[in-house]
Amino acid sequence: MDWERVREKLEILADAAKYDVSCSSSGSKRANSAKGLGNTTGTGICHTYTEDGRCVSLLKILLTNFCLYDCLYCVSRRSNDIKRAAFTVSEAVDLTMHFYRRNYIEGLFLSSGIFKNADYTMERLVRVARTLRIDHKFNGYIHLKTIPGCDDDLMRQAALYADRVSINLEMPTEASLKQLAPEKNHADIIRPMKFLSEGITVAANEKQLVRSAPKFAPAGQSTQIVIGASPESDWDVMRVADTLYRKYSLKRVYYSGYVPISNDSRLPQMGTPVPLIRENRLYQADWLMRFYKFSVQELIDPTRPHLDLDIDPKLSWALRNLHLFPLDINTASYQMILRVPGIGVGSAIKIVKARKFKKLGWEELKRFGMALSRASHFIVYSRMETMPRDIDASVLRERILGQSKYGKTITTQQSLFT
Amino acid sequence: MTQLVYDGTFHGFLTSVFESYERKLSDFRIVRQSHFQPVLLGDALTIVSDKAKSDRVWMGLKKKLSGHAHNNIYKAFLSESNDIECLLTDFIKYVFSSNTNIESDLGDARVVSLKKVAHQVHREKHRMEAFVRFQRTKEDLYYASITPDFNVVPLIVPHFKDRYADQHWLIYDRKRHYGIQYDCLTQQVVEVLINFDQQADRAFLPESLCHEEELEYQSLWKKYFYSVNINPRKNTQLHVRHVPVRYWRYPTEKQA
Repeated sequence: MDWERVREKLEILADAAKYDVSCSSSGSKRANSAKGLGNTTGTGICHTYTEDGRCVSLLKILLTNFCLYDCLYCVSRRSNDIKRAAFTVSEAVDLTMHFYRRNYIEGLFLSSGIFKNADYTMERLVRVARTLRIDHKFNGYIHLKTIPGCDDDLMRQAALYADRVSINLEMPTEASLKQLAPEKNHADIIRPMKFLSEGITVAANEKQLVRSAPKFAPAGQSTQIVIGASPESDWDVMRVADTLYRKYSLKRVYYSGYVPISNDSRLPQMGTPVPLIRENRLYQADWLMRFYKFSVQELIDPTRPHLDLDIDPKLSWALRNLHLFPLDINTASYQMILRVPGIGVGSAIKIVKARKFKKLGWEELKRFGMALSRASHFIVYSRMETMPRDIDASVLRERILGQSKYGKTITTQQSLFT
Repeated sequence: MTQLVYDGTFHGFLTSVFESYERKLSDFRIVRQSHFQPVLLGDALTIVSDKAKSDRVWMGLKKKLSGHAHNNIYKAFLSESNDIECLLTDFIKYVFSSNTNIESDLGDARVVSLKKVAHQVHREKHRMEAFVRFQRTKEDLYYASITPDFNVVPLIVPHFKDRYADQHWLIYDRKRHYGIQYDCLTQQVVEVLINFDQQADRAFLPESLCHEEELEYQSLWKKYFYSVNINPRKNTQLHVRHVPVRYWRYPTEKQA
């Protein structure tokens, strides 16, 4: 192996792949039954973290950054003057195997610029996955990107070898896609999602009947939406995400704060801060929809199209619905306890279990590891010394911001388009 | 007060619990041999590990707890913390004193404390599974050396055995001076003791002991690690929260 050359390729093709934020290696159970290499157990492992605090779980690379397309928001766009490189199939396979054997990674995340045509590119991606699975008995995690417009059969093969497949929406709406990626077609992105979603459902049903039925993207599909490159509001973004979750049963929608990479006037200029807080609030809202049973309309609506940057969406919801509080922790339903700011899924479960033994007071609650200083504004408990008074939402908001350790560090990020 | 002095093994500890019931002791303390100090006005009893006795306690606990909580007792024991015997004894007494399963009585200090320690140990186990890096040696052995906060080596065996089934590997706890070695031909894991020669007694092996490709892959991995970083998003606080500085000694990418 020409180490110097591979090192250079790795630098280029990892750098080009890093804006895809998905790093998950969970959701798939693949036993190492043939005593080959690797397994996935369902939970995933973060093997390291980059200096920007993101988890590194997979070897995330492009097969090549040569690309026919000229999408403005993408570093690999045709018109961008950058170094180009391409891995051979065997180089990508070797790197995955050798990194995996050293416990560096959970598996491979393979994407690619589009060269020649969609089918040719997709066929290469599938070949890497097949070589790993068949020739090397590799049972680690594989995440493949599907190339918009590729043949159904290639997509089917991808799903047979990979744990997760994904296709990135990138732009929240069709209008933005037209504006920033004029050569791409919205329908070409939605169609594979639909195809995969149907395939995943069929396979799951077969699996219930016959346990040995082949796996078909067992960790489901995901997508990514770029935030802040186009003028859509949080309401637009969350409505799209909600539709994707409901219609195509996506496992995850990732939100990627746009990192300025181009001087084109249609995009935020170089040096514009990455909208990190907005991205964070969107993830919080996403979690509330998926794990806390909030509906999208409860969190955001067209009259207030942006999430509050200063406070998290759950607190924001609670302040708008103060008439539902305070909640008696010893009698309230699990679903309502979940809605208390400062109480997460873990604490809610603990509360419901523990209160069967005895009435819970401050002493007990403080052992549960929840954000009690925040929750205390919204709950009553046993042996309470002072009962909460009626309090105005804006006063409460200021009080909570005042005691929050993050309150002071938040600098309101200028929204570009308002 | 009676001190029950045991050999430091889990069997020994459970045997001591058995003896405390057998002898109907009310005022007693279980102590490791290595931590034992005679006290005025108290007697000491040396407990000899007895598998039959310890199994009886272990099976008794199993009947009263879920698999998860049962396992937590072992995990907490592996924390090796100074007062772990005391904490476990209190918890076990509570388990046996109740007719129902008490593991979710999280308003109770004994239940919460045990859960907390078990959780700490579990996190250390998970970190070892995540941050351990193998180095391939000349003899084609994948070697990793660790110095975990808790004695988690017994807990990580299944993970590594399932995952790295087709390669020889060895994970060595340099703090506790023992390791586990997997042979891919027999598919067995055995405990090993090694007398390191001086140059190998450190986290990373010297080049002379490494496979010819080893340093190349380490360098490729470092290249990868620094290439995926997005500078405008740099967030050292978050980074350190995920990888506390004391764990930087393990990952290849954190070595100069």
